[in-house]
Amino acid sequence: MHISSVLEDGNYVIAVDGDVDASSSIRLDEAIAQAIQEGQQHILIDCENLNYISSAGLGVFMSYIEELKTKNIRMVLFGLSERVANVFKVLGLDQLLNIKETKDQAKQRAHEQ
Amino acid sequence: MLSSTGILRFTTVAAIVCWLGLTLVDLIIGFELRNANVEIGVPILLSNLLLTGYIVSLYTHYSRRLAGADNLNFIELLWRVFVTGLIATIVSVFIQFFLSFFSGTRLAEHGLLLSLLYHINIGLILAFIISTFLVWKKLVLYQKTKALLRTWQVFEYAFLASLLFQFIPHSPFDLPFSLIFAFLLAMGLVVTPNLKWVAFLNFKQKWKSILLILLIILYLAYFLLYIARSRDNELLISDLSNHVSVLAIFSFIILYAISSLLVTLFNLPTTSVFEQKLEEVVSFQRLSQSNQTGRNQDEIYDLLLESAVSASFANGAWFEPNHQTDPTNLITKNISKQKVDQLRKAIADSTQRKSKRSAITTKISGENQTLVENIKHPEFKSVLIYPLTVQHEKIGSMVLLKEVSDGFNNDVINIVNTFGNQAAVSIENYRLLQSAIENERYREELNIAKRVHESLLPSTLESNDSFDITAYSKPADEVGGDYFDTHRISKHKFALIIGDVSGKGTSAAFNMSQMKGVFHSLAQIDLDPGEFVIKANDALGRCLERTSFITLSYFILDTEAGVIKFSRAGHCPALYYHKDQSKVEFLKSKGLGLGIIRNKEYCNYVEVNQLSYKSGDVLVLYTDGVIEAKDHKNREFGYDRLKQIVQNNSQSSVDSIQEAIIKGLREFTQEDEIEDDFTTMILKFR
Repeated sequence: MHISSVLEDGNYVIAVDGDVDASSSIRLDEAIAQAIQEGQQHILIDCENLNYISSAGLGVFMSYIEELKTKNIRMVLFGLSERVANVFKVLGLDQLLNIKETKDQAKQRAHEQ
Repeated sequence: MLSSTGILRFTTVAAIVCWLGLTLVDLIIGFELRNANVEIGVPILLSNLLLTGYIVSLYTHYSRRLAGADNLNFIELLWRVFVTGLIATIVSVFIQFFLSFFSGTRLAEHGLLLSLLYHINIGLILAFIISTFLVWKKLVLYQKTKALLRTWQVFEYAFLASLLFQFIPHSPFDLPFSLIFAFLLAMGLVVTPNLKWVAFLNFKQKWKSILLILLIILYLAYFLLYIARSRDNELLISDLSNHVSVLAIFSFIILYAISSLLVTLFNLPTTSVFEQKLEEVVSFQRLSQSNQTGRNQDEIYDLLLESAVSASFANGAWFEPNHQTDPTNLITKNISKQKVDQLRKAIADSTQRKSKRSAITTKISGENQTLVENIKHPEFKSVLIYPLTVQHEKIGSMVLLKEVSDGFNNDVINIVNTFGNQAAVSIENYRLLQSAIENERYREELNIAKRVHESLLPSTLESNDSFDITAYSKPADEVGGDYFDTHRISKHKFALIIGDVSGKGTSAAFNMSQMKGVFHSLAQIDLDPGEFVIKANDALGRCLERTSFITLSYFILDTEAGVIKFSRAGHCPALYYHKDQSKVEFLKSKGLGLGIIRNKEYCNYVEVNQLSYKSGDVLVLYTDGVIEAKDHKNREFGYDRLKQIVQNNSQSSVDSIQEAIIKGLREFTQEDEIEDDFTTMILKFR
């Protein structure tokens, strides 16, 4: 798995590439924690090249839901494959996370009030 | 059997009794000889018997005492002999002084008194030479061989046998006397060259032993002289100069003392070399045993440095690790850490100069062979760099320094190489041991988790004559958190659960056991599925780790009403076959995994669904291990394939449907073993 974080038009974009399993989920956790620590308000997770996400990876997203809410940070996931999107949906995380199809939609969502 | 101390006491008493008897008998016989008119009739045989008894008692006594002194070193043994000799000599000299003080008076001429004093003297002399003989025995037999032991035994038995010769009338140095004496002396000569103990003395000990042996020889000479002077006085009866065993022993101990003295003296100059070699052996042994004593890597480096410094007479040393993490943690010997920095520079300079000539680029950590250099430094002039390689990976370099130039010759390089190789083996062993322990611990943990997991799954499933039920759970190599269970609430009411704990190993097994606890405590109070999910979320949310969650589906089956009520908490949607429509569908509903929201808001995400079942309908519950099973092209088994299998086998029994699913998975993955754990629970209504 590969993770890259860039600042793009005031959005902090974390691109996740490959499989997020039990071991690589730690790096995803670190990347999100880093963004929050830097005080980013608009975090986009680019899942266009996310091939597979294990329950450990889902656990990482889940664990930030409360914190993002209290700190009023908007995190949006986009570009999920049908299979990956279904994993979020089965667990019910789609009800709690912002998930959009395209990057533009995601950006728009990140800046909505 | 007498105990050791018992024998010691007994022989002491026996020796004293024999000596007193001997003195008394000799005094009486002497008295008879002096006064022709007195006839008491004590046979001379008795005197001989008592003398032999005295010698044998002393012999046994000292044998015993030395047997109990195994841990004495050579100097302590020599010291014992010296002290015994000293006491004997002092007493003897005092007697001489006493006699010379009264010389000319009647007292000094008194036969009885002279005889008594003589017997005190010979008693002491015998005690001294016998104890010395036995100490010499210990020295001769140091690092004994089988052949030497046999030779010594012949010598010792011959000596004891020669005591019998005293009972045969003879005169000094007649033929039989001379023959026996010659034989004993020859045996003594044969064992005398066994002086291995001398080599194990260090310089100081050698000087001490020379002094002690010298004094022992002096005593022996004095006693020999005394015996020789006393032989002319026939009235003293027990003449030691006519005693072949005593003379032979005397000769042997003097011979061995002189040999020891000379050998020790000639060994003095080479002592330091021997000490050095001994130290190398000891260092080597310590290094090779270091991994057994549980030393860590740093301690092995330290030991290596210490050994190498002492073997090469280096003036300073340090260990330069290849991956230096903490510069304050540098291992050094006789050198300050500030100097190490200076020296690093000096070594780099010198190798740079060299590399201009020979085009070899070297620095301390770059070289893979032992390197010897002269360097420019105010204190140290030459350096030896030894690269420590473990399993083809260079882990660091040992740097040895000397205050003279060209200080490291080939011998030293060889020794340092040997130490280095041994240290490498020790470090390798240490690493292997560590990883073995870690693996073992991990495997043990997995085994525990597996046993816990297995024990948490039910051995029987509840049912009645309204439905058939079967379940299958395949554990993974790494323990997962699949869970299923049933509970009979009443005659017609059943609770079913299927769930999955995120994570693997012990934490999964642990969370699973909590889920089982929650299920069995909540199921029996007959809650509505929605209520169950909310309460389970509340209970489990408190103990799950931050990134852990649980998915489950909970079913209440009422066979009287023919109704299934269920709630899905983030778990894979169940498959349902409607017989009347010949159609398989997923029981999709809203829901959220347990532990994702750990407060009251969770209620908003709970949904309860209900359906009426008919005979022939099938309910298939499963975990995501089924869906996520991958083939060799990394494709997932997916929902559609599962749905198709259930559709195709909907008319079969629950066990056949289950077999069809397992077979379908195996064919898809084309492997006998499916990597992840997966679980199915299948119901068919009658």
